[in-house]
Amino acid sequence: MTAFFQSLGLTFEAAWTIATIAGILLIALPLMIAVAYVIYVDRKVWAAINLRRGPNVVGPFGLLQSFADGLKVFLQETIVPSAANKGIFLLAPIVTFTVALAAWAVIPFSSGAVLADINVGLLYILAISSLSVYGVVMAGWASNSKYPFFSAMRAAAQMISYEVSIGFILICVVLYAGTFNLNAIVLSQLGHGFGIVNAYAFNLLLFPMWVMFFISSLAETQRVPFDLTEAESELVAGYQTEYSSMSFALFWLGEYANILLMCSLNTLLFFGGWLPPLNIDLIPWFDIPGIVWFLLKTFFFFFMFSWVMATVPRYRYDQLMRLGWKIFLPISLLFVVLISGWLMLTRFGDEEPVASVAVVQAGPDRGNALVPLATLREPRKIIP
Amino acid sequence: MIQTIAFYLFAVLVIASAVMVITARNPVHSVLWLILAFFNAAGLMVLVGAEFIAMLLVIVYVGAVAVLFLFVVMMLDIDVASLRAGFVRNFPLGLVIALILLAELVLGIGAYRAGEIALGTPMVAAAAPVGASNTAAIGALLYSEYLFLFEAAGLILLVAMVGAIVLTHRPPKTVRGHQNISKQVRRTPEEATVMKRPNVGEGIEL
Repeated sequence: MTAFFQSLGLTFEAAWTIATIAGILLIALPLMIAVAYVIYVDRKVWAAINLRRGPNVVGPFGLLQSFADGLKVFLQETIVPSAANKGIFLLAPIVTFTVALAAWAVIPFSSGAVLADINVGLLYILAISSLSVYGVVMAGWASNSKYPFFSAMRAAAQMISYEVSIGFILICVVLYAGTFNLNAIVLSQLGHGFGIVNAYAFNLLLFPMWVMFFISSLAETQRVPFDLTEAESELVAGYQTEYSSMSFALFWLGEYANILLMCSLNTLLFFGGWLPPLNIDLIPWFDIPGIVWFLLKTFFFFFMFSWVMATVPRYRYDQLMRLGWKIFLPISLLFVVLISGWLMLTRFGDEEPVASVAVVQAGPDRGNALVPLATLREPRKIIP
Repeated sequence: MIQTIAFYLFAVLVIASAVMVITARNPVHSVLWLILAFFNAAGLMVLVGAEFIAMLLVIVYVGAVAVLFLFVVMMLDIDVASLRAGFVRNFPLGLVIALILLAELVLGIGAYRAGEIALGTPMVAAAAPVGASNTAAIGALLYSEYLFLFEAAGLILLVAMVGAIVLTHRPPKTVRGHQNISKQVRRTPEEATVMKRPNVGEGIEL
């Protein structure tokens, strides 16, 4: 997009700035509309499983329900409790919302259609998702009220616990793909499963990892059955109890943007992202734009999230901790060892590692300093 | 141009938030300012091209360490007045420490100005591989040249972890609330329930 703005006669920096802002709007605005409709879908799926009708009054089939809710919330009064710590109280929903949007910068929607195609994309997502706990903790503390505070404590412990196993699961994927770049991870899944399926989940070593990632992403987004932070029967509404109006809506939007992010991560890391499902040319799969596949798969995972919400009862807190630390952590650690062992076995001597080649090449420029590195040691062969 | 603006933005914010960490009255505010300082330091790392370190800084310090700080500080009930009462009593000690730190700074800068420090020259092997991506370059050095140091660091962390568990773990005094999950999962309706058809007004014996 930068090239297009440059062709209008702008300097590179101006063109880059405008192109980036345009890119941000191109991602953020459709995301907000997607969140509105995903809330509608959530309620409809939940209702259908409960044999109810769900929202069906506002607009045809109730399609405008989310916008009506948004308008209602927008027109309410913002109430700040007198005992609250005002600055942090108002900052918390902003942090939640901003962080939920920021992670989308590295998500590839289609081949190369990504705002920031950085080398450490997956690490960036880990970093950003580890920030999202602050919104909850700040809200819980600043409200100066019992139930929000309990909720914040629970949220902090829960998110730290599950981030550990999510980290190990992501390492397994990175080991297979050999890169942190999300676009490259998607491309490395081309024909991965039995030579025809474009997905890591059909690899027998990675399938258990996907199951654990799916469950961990439920816990990380505080969805049912892990919604202990807003357990109605115990904590009123959790950390959102004291919030009203737009500050409440920002939590709501951020929460669903995070859920969509986790769905798209399931798609990107284990189900081939924007690649068509099969790597055969019987039907012109590859002529369909990648974003269609990406959205279809993401939506499928969102459907699974709603499905779980309607069918599974809530975990107790000690059960949640037990699952995270005593089951997911050892299993994911074991699989890191298993997968790296398997890769050492199968990819042995596959190719020269990039870095050691670079060391050798850098030798002449840097004088004698690097010669020992290049001459004394054999170039390593085993890097997956 | 953009880099310059970004550098000054991050640098000013790092220093300003670091100052706020030690001047803020409320300890929770201090921790939040500390988080902002970490975050801007990560921004500076990105600007010099060390994106891997920047991401690790955010993941480790902001995502884990600072959350635990916040966790602890939030639960403390700190009385600011009693803290300030100790100010006069502790002032001489603080002054001594401040003077020592100042002297060390002056000496350090003086020694640095005086000439090259022989011990401080980087080792030959530490020269960064050019042309490789950040992650690959760090990995290539860490798992070859510095393998023993890396593993020693890992061992030290392991010892610290074991120590923390040993110090804090208390065996439960009672067995109340102990739950055997695999036993619960193995339970079937056949062994857990009994179907009876009692006559009206008679009740059943179990």
